[in-house]
Amino acid sequence: MLEWYLPQASTYASEIDNLVNLIGAFVAFWFVLSFGTFIWLIFRFRARPGTEAEYITGELKHQKRWITIPHLLVLVCDVFIIVGAVSVWYNIKQYLPPAEQTVRVVGQQWTWTFQHPGADGQLDTADDIATVNELHVQKGVTYHYQLQSVDVLHDFSVPVFRLKQDAIPGRTITGWFEPTLEGEYDVQCAEICGIGHGLMGARIFIENEAQHAAWVAGESPVRLAAVTTPTRAIQE
Amino acid sequence: MAESIPHEVDPGHGDHHHEDQGFVSKYLLSTDHKIIAMQYMFTGMLMAVIGGFMSYVFRMQLAFPGESVPLWGIVTPANYNALITNHGTIMIFWVAMPVLIAAFGNYLIPLMVGADDMVFPKLNRLSYQIFLISALVLLSSYLVEGGGFGGAWTSYPPLSAKSQYNLTPAGASLWLLAVALEFVAFLLGGINFITTAMNSRAPGMKLYDIPMVIWMIVIASILFMVSVGPLIAGAIMLFFDQTLGTAFFDPNRGGDPILWQHLFWFFGHPEVYVVLLPAVGITAEIITVFARKKLFAYKTVLHTAVGTGVLSFTVWAHHQFIAGIDPRMAHIFTLTTLLISIPIAEMMFVYIATLYGGSIRLTTPMLWALAFIGEFLIGGVTGIFLGASGADVYFHDTYFVLAHFHYTFYPIAIIGTFAGVSYWFPKMFGRMMNDTLGKIHFWGSIVSFNFIFIPLFVLGTAGQHRRIFDFQNFPALATPELQQLRILATMSLVVMLGFQFVWLYNFINSMFRGPKAGKNPWKANTLEWSADSPPPHGNWPELPTVYRPPYEYSHPDREEDYWPQHLPN
Amino acid sequence: MRPIATTRSASGMPTGLLAVWWVVASEIVIFGGLLASYLMYRLSHDSWSEQAANTNTAIGATNTFVLLTSSFLAVSAHAAAEKGDGKKAARYLWYTIGGAMTFVAIKSFEWYTEITHGFTITSNTFWSFYYTAAGIHALHVIAGAFIMAIVAREAAKGLELHRVELIGIYWHFVDIVWIFLFPLLYIAK
Repeated sequence: MLEWYLPQASTYASEIDNLVNLIGAFVAFWFVLSFGTFIWLIFRFRARPGTEAEYITGELKHQKRWITIPHLLVLVCDVFIIVGAVSVWYNIKQYLPPAEQTVRVVGQQWTWTFQHPGADGQLDTADDIATVNELHVQKGVTYHYQLQSVDVLHDFSVPVFRLKQDAIPGRTITGWFEPTLEGEYDVQCAEICGIGHGLMGARIFIENEAQHAAWVAGESPVRLAAVTTPTRAIQE
Repeated sequence: MAESIPHEVDPGHGDHHHEDQGFVSKYLLSTDHKIIAMQYMFTGMLMAVIGGFMSYVFRMQLAFPGESVPLWGIVTPANYNALITNHGTIMIFWVAMPVLIAAFGNYLIPLMVGADDMVFPKLNRLSYQIFLISALVLLSSYLVEGGGFGGAWTSYPPLSAKSQYNLTPAGASLWLLAVALEFVAFLLGGINFITTAMNSRAPGMKLYDIPMVIWMIVIASILFMVSVGPLIAGAIMLFFDQTLGTAFFDPNRGGDPILWQHLFWFFGHPEVYVVLLPAVGITAEIITVFARKKLFAYKTVLHTAVGTGVLSFTVWAHHQFIAGIDPRMAHIFTLTTLLISIPIAEMMFVYIATLYGGSIRLTTPMLWALAFIGEFLIGGVTGIFLGASGADVYFHDTYFVLAHFHYTFYPIAIIGTFAGVSYWFPKMFGRMMNDTLGKIHFWGSIVSFNFIFIPLFVLGTAGQHRRIFDFQNFPALATPELQQLRILATMSLVVMLGFQFVWLYNFINSMFRGPKAGKNPWKANTLEWSADSPPPHGNWPELPTVYRPPYEYSHPDREEDYWPQHLPN
Repeated sequence: MRPIATTRSASGMPTGLLAVWWVVASEIVIFGGLLASYLMYRLSHDSWSEQAANTNTAIGATNTFVLLTSSFLAVSAHAAAEKGDGKKAARYLWYTIGGAMTFVAIKSFEWYTEITHGFTITSNTFWSFYYTAAGIHALHVIAGAFIMAIVAREAAKGLELHRVELIGIYWHFVDIVWIFLFPLLYIAK
């Protein structure tokens, strides 16, 4: 269902969409079945003169079957959903493919700062390119992101990637994505972060190799001192 | 037991004491459980009006960004955040809790178990007074410098902990104080619910003779008591972070903001069931009466409620899948979350099965009770998307979540309340409500409710994230098509709020001018219908004795289609 | 005037007892949440042992002894109440209150020394937990002593003797909380 609204711009977007569709199918089946039965029962057993209600305790075995069988079938559906959810989750959040490039994403009230590797492809070197509210990535390259926050909780959300991750002050959270579609899309902050939360949008530019190289070449390297303040480990 | 029986025939004790009391001591300082129930109900409804008004203001801002909202004015980002924060807080803690648990619990427990009052009437009064103070503290947070707290009802630190981040130095602390006081009020109230239901039952009332709504309120009180403790501890820690400058949740000084999330959701998820169960219980009472049917598998319902309650303590981190917890933990919480769908689904199946073979009368209370089942089904099935970790990566913090939990909380807090109030109105006030107006209000509210939240499901699927005062900064979300959905949702909300005036008129008018109800207008079985309407102080001249389970409708051994619990044969 | 509801006991357990256990259970989860949070932090912050070294184990141990003694006195009060001797029960309750006051007095001295040595609630999160947990506990001690005084006054007149047992249960609970706090805050260094 998601692909009707949003392009799939990462390698795992379709995995999530398929999972959503799978759950959607199960859920729609059960909803239509139980809601249909519900409406039918209300209609079928409406009060009519001359008919009386039956006395059914629901405690007898052949009566309880009407509950236990659907209930076991729901359990079976749950197993499928759990397997699907766990495997999708594993691929996106737990498994970390080797990085070809690494970008640093820093949230603060109320902007995103992105630190890209420069021409040398290495982060934290003199030619790094830091931008505000603009993330430039290259299609077909596996990226690691190092997500940090300066002040409060933020959430790095790229809907076309189906990517969402909270940023926590004091920690660096590493995750990954691989863009598959060129274009310019929204980046959101999806965790309330104060009165400017609604302003905290950024754009992601997914470019092909030539465009990206041109962008890197065109940017004079500006090293942002402000955002590289060492984040102290939790253990002090 | 034996020595208490002589007391039980002591007729109408205390009635004469209350004859010559003034308004204040009769209605404001009373220890009568029915008066306290009314205090909770009217306070809750008043808070619902405030919470509803807040939703009107921020929905108008979303539909017509930047324009002046009638009755409010321009909505600033700070206003917006404070409105959504307090809307959520009020609706859960000052509407759902007081009305569903405290008002119905106080009103129904003594009447349905056949007692003359709660076990600890003074404690009961104290509980309401603390609750009232908590409501006033919350409302006062809007009047202080910096305005009301705007860090969402979840109040995650560091945003909530430091005024340099949230910019509401006093509002944040008052908000927290109000919530903590409210918790204390309900812990005190819980003492009465559990002791009265367990110990003050009428002679002959065995455990399985207790009406379902009483069981549900008792289980809910226990869930609340067990889950709220860690959050009270957390609230004290957060309060010290705010006011004394400690660093419990400050990552720069050795604290951990994620700890708050665990403490919050360890409470927050069971809390859903705390308010759900009473509504489920109310529904059980109503569908059995108006389908003239015995509740299908009474014990199964009870077991699923207990099962849900126990499981609800194991699912909290599904709110935190992407909050930076260990990714391996998500697997466990996906498993437990999907497992909790089993008892809830079973409960819904039982209710649907109860309709089979019935003789269904579509009165206003019955319509509300059926709507509870129908709408809650939508809330239930959409939750599966969010409990599945892989799908939640996308849905987290979108309007899909928002629409999902409104499809659970609206049936609980609004539908459950209207169901209960319209069903017990004749008992509470001795008069009938107008059924036609009741049905107009019902259909108006239900249809417009769906037109509010179905568009929000769509917006959430399209990637619209929560707590944003204006979507213009997000080009993908600022399209005219999506804006039309926002306007549709807002207009539906205005329509829905408008229909509440029909109810208000019906409520007040029926209270004074409705036809007299008599003791048992619905021909129901439970004990409260054997008392006068409204019941006097002390409830019965002589306390009833119980001879059978509560849902013996259309029993083959009896000519009439109901068999009240208190009749010897 | 009390409702009939209060005199019933359908579950077989006295209503007052049921209510006290409810209070104790809700307190257990409050302290449980606080102590679980403390333990989580403590296990990930080795450096806190240096801070904990500044707590005074001798004073903590004395206070443990005082509380345990007072709990014993509360048991004696209960025994007297069971025999219907309200005067004796009241006397033991006053002794228990004396224990509570001694505890609070020692605690005040301890805190005064620590604060004047610069260990305040904001010095470090260990100290934040130290003052928060012990502070909440001390409030329970004071509240317990207060309620005990009310119960003792009634008991001296031979009234409401069952309340002696109820306040005793609460008092044991307050004691047990301290039994957890003492090793966690003082001994583990």
